[in-house]
Amino acid sequence: MAKDVPPRWDRKMQQRLARGEAAALGEVYDRFAPLVHSLAHRVLGDDKAADGVTREVFAHIWEHPETYDPRQSPLRTWIADVTHRLAVQRLRDREEGHREEAQRDPGEPPAHEELERTVRHASVAARADYIVHSMPLPLRRALELAYFQRRDYRQTAADLGVTEDEARRRLRLGLQLLATAHDTGTPPGCGGAV
Amino acid sequence: MSGAEEYRADLGERRERRIPMPRASVEGGGFPPPGRPGPGEDAVAPLDLPHDVLKSLLGAWALAACSAAETATVEHHLGDCGGCADEARRLREAVGLLHQPESLDLDPALRTRVLRSCLDRRPPRIPVPEWAEPYDAETARLDALLQDFGDAEWHAPVRLRWFEDDAQAGRRTTVAGVIAHLLSVDGLIAAALGLEDPLADLTSPPGPAARTEAFWRSTPSPPTRAVRAPWREQSHGLVRTVSFTGGSAGGLAVSYGDFELPLHDAMLERAFGCWVHAEDIAVAVDYPYRPPSPRHLHKMIDLAARLLPGALAERRRAGLSAPPGGTRHLVPAGAPGRSLRLEIEGAAGGEWLIPLDSPAAAGSADHEVAHVALDGVEFCHLAAGHLSPEEAAAGQLGDREAIRDVLFATASLSRM
Repeated sequence: MAKDVPPRWDRKMQQRLARGEAAALGEVYDRFAPLVHSLAHRVLGDDKAADGVTREVFAHIWEHPETYDPRQSPLRTWIADVTHRLAVQRLRDREEGHREEAQRDPGEPPAHEELERTVRHASVAARADYIVHSMPLPLRRALELAYFQRRDYRQTAADLGVTEDEARRRLRLGLQLLATAHDTGTPPGCGGAV
Repeated sequence: MSGAEEYRADLGERRERRIPMPRASVEGGGFPPPGRPGPGEDAVAPLDLPHDVLKSLLGAWALAACSAAETATVEHHLGDCGGCADEARRLREAVGLLHQPESLDLDPALRTRVLRSCLDRRPPRIPVPEWAEPYDAETARLDALLQDFGDAEWHAPVRLRWFEDDAQAGRRTTVAGVIAHLLSVDGLIAAALGLEDPLADLTSPPGPAARTEAFWRSTPSPPTRAVRAPWREQSHGLVRTVSFTGGSAGGLAVSYGDFELPLHDAMLERAFGCWVHAEDIAVAVDYPYRPPSPRHLHKMIDLAARLLPGALAERRRAGLSAPPGGTRHLVPAGAPGRSLRLEIEGAAGGEWLIPLDSPAAAGSADHEVAHVALDGVEFCHLAAGHLSPEEAAAGQLGDREAIRDVLFATASLSRM
C-alpha cells in the first residue's frame, strides 16, 4: 500500500498542477494510476475501457485541478470519486447502447440489474479503499502485517511492539471499520452512487 | 434464523461453510493459511477460553492469523454463539475487501499515452525538458516493476556486470542493492543541481562505483526495500528540478569524478543506467522487461555514439589500441577525419559517422574506412558491458582493426 503522505503533499500537488507543471502530472500518475485503473476495471471489466477511463481521469485532474479542495478530502479520495463517476458514466453509456440495440432485436434480456450490481460492488470497493486509507495508522499497520505479510497475531504484536491483546484488538477493530464499506449509505466524499 | 443456527446450517452435510473460509495466500499459491487444521487434523483439542477472549480473537481468526488450536476453538464457539457468528461472518467478508486492488500490472506504455493526451489538451507551462523524458519514463517503469516485490524479490541476488580493461568485470549485490546503486549515482546529478545528495553524510567519494561502495558500506546491514522510497523521491525531484531550471541548465556540468557530462547528457546517461539495471533486476526475479520506447532508445544510442570518439582516444592513451600508424593521419580540429559508419537497425536506429583518430575531428562519409551494422538493443547491451565485443553480432565491412577498436570502445563506456 502507498506510504502515508501528509495532506501537505496533497495541497502542494494541487498547486503544482494548477501551475501547469508537467512533472507534477507524472508524479500524480505514478502514485494513483494503479488505483484509478483498478477501480475503473472493477466497474467496466475490461482493460481497454479501464485504459480509457484512466486517460479521462488524468485529463480531468490536469485540466481542472482547481475543482479539488484539499480541505474537503484527501487527494486520493477525490481521484477515486472522479474515477468512479467517469467509470459508471461509461458503463451506463455502454448499457444504453446495448439497450437500443436490444430494442431493435428483442430477445436480448435487459442487463439493468447486473449493471446496478456492478455499480454497487464498485462502490463498496471504493469505500473500502477509502476506509483503509483513512483508518488510524496503528490499525492499518496491523491489518497489513496480518494480511499482506501473513504474520499471525503474535508475530504482528511482536512486529508492532505491542501486547498480543492489543494486536487482537487492532485486527478486530480494523476489520469492523472495513466491514462498514458494505453498509448502505455513502460516507461523505467517497465514491458513492452517482 | 439466529447466527449460530445459520452457522450450523452452513456446515451442512459436506461441512462447507457459507462464511468464506480463511483466505488462501495472497498470491493464491499453494501456501496453506496459517493456523488452519488441514484435513485429518480436525482433532486439535479446543482450548478453554473465556467469552471475551474468544470475541477478541475474531479479527485474527477472520485473517487466519491464529494458532490451529485457537482457530478450532473459535469455530467451535461460532456454532453456539449467534452474536459471535454474525460478527465472524461480517469480518470475514471484510477481509475480502482488503485484497490489494493495485497489484495489477499496468502497461508502461499507458503512462506515455495518458500523459501525452493530457499535455495535448492543456499545454504545460513548465514542461519536462525533452532530454529528461527518457529518465522520467525509465524511472517510472522501474518503479512499476518494483511495485509488487516481496522480501524474496528485494533480496534476490543480482550480478552487476561491466567492461574494464577490455575484460568483463562484475560485482554481486541484491535487487535492493541495485536500487541503492541507482540512488547513489543519480545523486551525482542531485548534488550538481544543489539538491540533497544522498551521500552528503559520507566523505564524498568521486565516481559512481566509489559512491555506490561507500553507500553500501554506510549501512550496517544489506539494503532492504526501504531504499525504494528515497530513490523514487530523488528521481521525481530531479525531473521536477530540471523542469524548472529548464533549457538554460542543460549545459550545466555534472561531475562523475574522472569526467564530466553536461546535465542533459547526464540525465540521458542515468536513464540508460536505469533501464540496464531494471533489466538486471527483471532477469534476477524472472520478470519480462522491455527495452525503452524507440524515441528514447534512439537518444541513448546517440549519446553513446557521441561519446565514442572520446572513448577511442582513451583506449589509445591507455595503450589498449595501436598508436596511429601510416594509414592514420591527425587532422585539425573540426576537419573531417577517418570515420566508421555505425548503422543501428530497428525503430530506434539511425546512422552515425564516428571519427576514429581524434575526438576533435568531424565524422566524414568521404573518409569512411569501415561500416558496422548492429541492432539497437544489442548495441546498448554492448555499451552496458553486458555483451562482449567478440559476441556482438555485428555486420562488418572494411578496416577490421577500426571495427574492433570501436566495438571495444563501446564496451568501455560501461561501468558499475
